[in-house]
Amino acid sequence: MGRYDFLGYRRENGRVGIRNHVVILPLDDLSNASTEAVANNIKGTLALPHSYGRLQFGEDLELHFRTLIGTGSNPNVAACVVIGIEPSWTGRVVDGIAKTGKPVVGIAIEGQGDINTIAEASRKAKEFVQWASEKQREVCSIEDLFISAKCGESDTTSGLASCPTVGNLIDKLDPLKATTCFGETSELTGAEVVCASRAATKEVGDRFMQVFRAYQDVIERHKTSDLSESQPTKGNIAGGLTTIEEKAFGNLQKIGKKAKFIDVLKPAEAPAKGPGLYYMDTSSAAAECVTLQAAAGFVVHLFPTGQGNVIGNPIEPVIKLTANPITARTMSEHIDLDVSGILRREMTLDEAGDKLIDILIRTCNGRLTCAEALGHREFVMTKLYQSA
Amino acid sequence: MPTHFIVHDKADTVGVMVDENVKAGQDLTGWIMETDETITLKSLDPVPLGHKIALGEIKNGDTVLKYGHDVGRAVADIAKGRHVHVHNMKTKRW
Repeated sequence: MGRYDFLGYRRENGRVGIRNHVVILPLDDLSNASTEAVANNIKGTLALPHSYGRLQFGEDLELHFRTLIGTGSNPNVAACVVIGIEPSWTGRVVDGIAKTGKPVVGIAIEGQGDINTIAEASRKAKEFVQWASEKQREVCSIEDLFISAKCGESDTTSGLASCPTVGNLIDKLDPLKATTCFGETSELTGAEVVCASRAATKEVGDRFMQVFRAYQDVIERHKTSDLSESQPTKGNIAGGLTTIEEKAFGNLQKIGKKAKFIDVLKPAEAPAKGPGLYYMDTSSAAAECVTLQAAAGFVVHLFPTGQGNVIGNPIEPVIKLTANPITARTMSEHIDLDVSGILRREMTLDEAGDKLIDILIRTCNGRLTCAEALGHREFVMTKLYQSA
Repeated sequence: MPTHFIVHDKADTVGVMVDENVKAGQDLTGWIMETDETITLKSLDPVPLGHKIALGEIKNGDTVLKYGHDVGRAVADIAKGRHVHVHNMKTKRW
């Protein structure tokens, strides 16, 4: 195998996953209990309970469906059982996931109750998990890999070293045709003009600025202060970050120095313009953002942290790196890669980028990340406004 | 020679402490990443790891530069070597 090859699961639609989950996916909050019961009955399956799915409408409802369908369609998912309160919207999620060609079935609760639903769903889940357990990994290339990035509980060490380490990786893997993604619209405030200048074309840059301004309008409409302690967070401030502008320039280091972003994605929208760097309109809250990126089909995540955000995702492994020596020492069980040596000038950025590529490939080959080993499965749907 | 603080860009007016134990009155060594230069500075405050130190005199209302860019404004006069944070610097946004 070459330096950038890895062992992945090639799915029916040609996309490559690095995990082999059988997901029990609730359409709505009412179906969480059944999905969790099924996952308890059938070992090796994974329930993804969440809080929404009732009386949503308009763009918010479209985002709900896009997130659920995208999650089930992610190549890290081998097969999926969808459970919903009623058959129609359940069927819409099933039909969306079925386009990938993977095994998927939907079961509705109304008319039969939880117990019969759980029995029927458990039988399908058992069939799926035994089928999936025979899937074999095969050699895949970096062109098959979809990598997302988002930082959290950042501090000034994030902008100095851990975010630039991700940037160094993207600078190295972009010419090799990896597909990569960054987001966090509000967290580019102050650096938005520099970000727009990194668009591949003026049209893409203009679309980024439209998305950016729309998010600013939301903040202006609802804010009761300058957002200090929310954005930047209390943790950011404890770590030395003073303003959103300072945080934004640190954040932007994640896209490196060379790569240009080729498209602007809606939340949870799958990339459709081939390999390259994509910008996605997301919240800057860690679990919301990673959930959207996973729903867009990204299979492995790079997460620089300063003060020690502990996030994981149920289907997309989250690789955590820090340059803060105190965090590396006091929260070592959460840190997959310590790049604090950059601050001591014992490690160059180039060396750190290579180390991150190493841990990325190992993770793709099957190594559990710290967040996976610790059971972090934050699955958080983004909600755009009130339900009806 | 340990590096106590790092400066992103030659134009910056603040540096970031990367040493965990800087005390007031300490002679510090800094590294400017952009130009790979070494500079020295005396701290006037015990600046914690990750927090900023003023590289020169910053007047109330001045733009604070980091990454070579505008990252906010001073809301008090800040002497060279002082801790720069939420008590003397604010966002220009929101």
